[in-house]
Amino acid sequence: MATNTQVTVVLDETTTVAPRLTALQILHDWVTTVDHKKIGLMYIGYALLFLVIGGVEAILMRIQLMIPNNTFVSPQVFNRLFTMHGTTMVFFVGMPILFGFGNYLVPLMIGARDMAFPRLNAFSFWVAAFGGFLLYFSYVGGSGLYGAGTAPDVGWWAYAPLTAQAFSPGHSTDYWTLAILLGGIGSIGTAANIVATAICMRCPGMKLSRMPLLVWLYLVMSLMVFVTISPLTAAQVMLMLDRYVGSHFFDTQAGGSAVLWMHFFWIFGHPEVYILVLPAFAFANEIIPVFSRKAIFGYPAMVAASVGIGFVSLSVWAHHMFTVGMGPGANTFFVLSTMAISVPTGIKIFNWLATIWGGKVHFTASMMFAVGFLFQFLVAGLTGIMLGSAPFDWQLSGSYFVVAHFHYVLVGAILFMIFSAFYYWYPKMTGRMLSERLGKWHFWLFLIGFHLTFDFMHIPGILGMPRRIYTYEADRGWMIWNMITSSGAVFQTIGTLIFVYNLIWSYFKGPIAGPDPWDAWTLEWSTQSPPPVYNFAVIPSVESRRPLWDLKHPEDPDSTYE
Amino acid sequence: MMFTIAMLKSIAIYMSPDVVHGRTSIFSPQGTPAHLIYGLSTLVLSFTLGIFLVVGGLLLYSLIRFRDRPSEADVAREPAQIYGSTQIELSWTVVPVLIVLMLFLATARVIYSTERATKPSSALDVVVIGHQFWWEYRYPKLGIVTANELHIPVSDPKHSMPTYLTMSSADTNHNFWIPQLAGKMDVIPNKVNTMWIDPATPGLYLGQCAQYCGTQHAKMLLRVYADTPAEFAIWVSHQQQPAAQNSAATEGRSVFEHNACISCHTITGTVATGRFGPDLTHLASRETIASGAVPNTEINIRKFVDDPAHFKPGALMPPMHLNNHDLDAVTAYLMTLK
Amino acid sequence: MSEIAIIPHSMDSEWKLPSRGVVGMTCLILAESAIFLIFVVAYVFYIGKSLSGPTPREVLTLPIFATICLLSSSVTVHFAVSAAQAAKQGLCSLWLAATLVLGGIFLGGTALEWHHLIYIDGLSIKTNLFGTTFYSLVGLHATHVIVGLFMLTIALAFSLRRPAAEKDAERLHVLSLYWHFVDAVWVVVFLVVYVLGR
Repeated sequence: MATNTQVTVVLDETTTVAPRLTALQILHDWVTTVDHKKIGLMYIGYALLFLVIGGVEAILMRIQLMIPNNTFVSPQVFNRLFTMHGTTMVFFVGMPILFGFGNYLVPLMIGARDMAFPRLNAFSFWVAAFGGFLLYFSYVGGSGLYGAGTAPDVGWWAYAPLTAQAFSPGHSTDYWTLAILLGGIGSIGTAANIVATAICMRCPGMKLSRMPLLVWLYLVMSLMVFVTISPLTAAQVMLMLDRYVGSHFFDTQAGGSAVLWMHFFWIFGHPEVYILVLPAFAFANEIIPVFSRKAIFGYPAMVAASVGIGFVSLSVWAHHMFTVGMGPGANTFFVLSTMAISVPTGIKIFNWLATIWGGKVHFTASMMFAVGFLFQFLVAGLTGIMLGSAPFDWQLSGSYFVVAHFHYVLVGAILFMIFSAFYYWYPKMTGRMLSERLGKWHFWLFLIGFHLTFDFMHIPGILGMPRRIYTYEADRGWMIWNMITSSGAVFQTIGTLIFVYNLIWSYFKGPIAGPDPWDAWTLEWSTQSPPPVYNFAVIPSVESRRPLWDLKHPEDPDSTYE
Repeated sequence: MMFTIAMLKSIAIYMSPDVVHGRTSIFSPQGTPAHLIYGLSTLVLSFTLGIFLVVGGLLLYSLIRFRDRPSEADVAREPAQIYGSTQIELSWTVVPVLIVLMLFLATARVIYSTERATKPSSALDVVVIGHQFWWEYRYPKLGIVTANELHIPVSDPKHSMPTYLTMSSADTNHNFWIPQLAGKMDVIPNKVNTMWIDPATPGLYLGQCAQYCGTQHAKMLLRVYADTPAEFAIWVSHQQQPAAQNSAATEGRSVFEHNACISCHTITGTVATGRFGPDLTHLASRETIASGAVPNTEINIRKFVDDPAHFKPGALMPPMHLNNHDLDAVTAYLMTLK
Repeated sequence: MSEIAIIPHSMDSEWKLPSRGVVGMTCLILAESAIFLIFVVAYVFYIGKSLSGPTPREVLTLPIFATICLLSSSVTVHFAVSAAQAAKQGLCSLWLAATLVLGGIFLGGTALEWHHLIYIDGLSIKTNLFGTTFYSLVGLHATHVIVGLFMLTIALAFSLRRPAAEKDAERLHVLSLYWHFVDAVWVVVFLVVYVLGR
């Protein structure tokens, strides 16, 4: 097994000068493509568009909440805003952007030419994309009978019986249901693709124990999708039957249970947020080692922790229901499972710390965002422990403390890591480097804005401010904190605009990246930037977890230590 | 300019004593459940703060100590590649498991002391029914039905007299939350939840609905009046009386009884026996209307009856479309319902 | 011109990975199982909770014959796959046809049962919680049977009309996994609805 492979560097003379195409031909190419790289980029572009839309919805809400009894938007509009903001960000930003990166990177990192099922890949994207447009079509077409509705206003959890015909007439709720149903079908398709690709299409020599951690995490995440999205799909079918066929799944008048919807929703909802965070871990596992110039510390422990998180996350859902009155036995069980999940999660943080320790840290824009992720994910995890302690949750739940906590995870951890991934893999995807200078401006502005908004948002929660309220009383002492929270939005917006500008400008004017600008170690860096449509001229074979390290350090390859 | 004024106004409000003490702060407990939670929360906060300082500190240290310094001689050399260590992995698994265990046990204890507390015979029973967007309160053993302002006796720690709230909803999900007194509890249709509160100090305790229930969720406010035993007895006997009969308001009463008002509202001693909206028998004895949204004044009642959407757009009470004369009359009548 | 490192082949042993079709179908089965599980949970949760209307004991009879047909169809489809793997195309077509017939009998049995329940017993999806959970769970299963029969029809058409391609046996095997799943779900539904719930 020990290698005496003579590793040679071969100049790839293939030229990639394509004939000039008309706009229509380009459009046709993208619409009909089954290439995982193009589909990945479409997912990412689509998600960025919805990120901006969801961000505008957030800004409108923050303006309304700046002062008590404000009349910037009506209660009906506000209720639609928070519903659409949450639904958009989870289903049409989070899922697509993470599937986009997965689509792009997984085949490249395992030395394959494409995903296992390219046509399913394309179908999944278009079905999910249609879902997003359907959701926003509700603004135009949701009125139905009696002019009731437009966009859904039932909250992104759509608790029953608020979603029953009696309390939500018109079609707004149905747009919510159908849009997510379609998105869910797309997610299941892409997840099946990722699983089949990771299991069946690894290049020779890449045993599972040599697979990059990013691929491991996407594998676990995709397996979770099957048992996570399906409960929501089932519940939504039940909701549609209730609304249109007269069934009684959640019809409390007929003996149905509102709590049943909650269970079904959170059996989806909690693992869903782990589905969203696992890819962030995946990015961290690749980026932090490269910019610390050290192999990831504890690869087997990281795999075990990731799988452990996947399993345990399926057992914690009712910590969203501590105030529902499930009884002390159930409450106690879910406290235990919720706190237990902090163990493998903590292990991951410690392993990242140990990776940095003894390394040589390069503070590129990508690494800065990754560092932000580390601190912010730590804080988010700790506020999660607070929420996991049920009696403490009896005060904190349903308040702005929870909103601050989950935005800390979604923005402070996941979005920061997505930004980091952009700075890291943009050169591979486009062949150009993003401007480091603009990247640092982006980082600092966004960091300041993030902390202004979400650090101080914990305080109104502690002071008793519930969530999902379009306004609040002046004598509660919440105004100053709401003002500070709202002010952070300005910095985040400017930072994001700089980022978007950077993306566009660098595409045309950025320095040429070459195949391996970061001196990294996984297979995607062994091919051109951007990769040719066939990915690799010759399918590689590997003998360790870091094939390019072995190539660059033939005197000290990883395979000796694994 | 307007904005600066608004900001200065609110800073003034913010600095006022009421607010600084945080009338709805979870860290200002005034009842046993809130105290129990507060104790647990300080334990949890100490642990999490400790973890943050240790791990965050190590992280910060490692980033500074091991940052790449280009001036160093061996710029091209990679640092020593360390792949892992089983002992280290074990140690940072065992310690978190122990911490988790400690926090879990402390938590379980508070869960049981709150949810399985023995109910003393002196406890007062109140039935709470959540509606879109108001609160109905029934005292079954006292024969009282009222709305939006809950009166309960204070509970002397030596002679405990807690109030047990038995809660359910008439429509969508709601949540009863008075931060200073207890953790919140959902109010759900077709399900009965129970919680207890025992304020030790007389006064007004504030809160609001904490589960999104529809358009006016934000204005479904809670006001709990903890009365001294004497005050409470007076309140009870007063509430047990049927509606006041004031000869000056007969015209208003007639307007009330001949319009749709009676299909939603109850005024005991009259033909109005509607159950969909709040009981108005002693409306004028309340400090606020529209579930705490606005003070109970003649002008506000008039505006509300004329068009509830003026204060609460999306409230389920329709505008009554009364002419000005009838409106004045019915308002005067309602003001007599002490 | 670009310098790109290319890692050459140096594999001594054979590199064999599982089949994509089997893995993909397993994923689909996992997802569908989760959906069925939720409908089963709803069914079990609402046992005995209907406020009015017919109860399971009053109106349900064990669908023994239909069940035997459906479970036998798993056997016949298994033989079809074996025949395909042994390149016996005619035999494969025969077993596929048998599977279709047995599946069709099952569906017909369900249709008759539902006709009786709706028009004679007065049980519809609107009637009560039992009606809601019964028709949704059994209906979801029947929908999956219909999809399976549709796919099997296509397989039979290919089997009859064109010479066997190399991958056909493999594809039929993957389809048969789906059919076995459908039958396994029926075992669960049968036990929960007709045995446990009555």
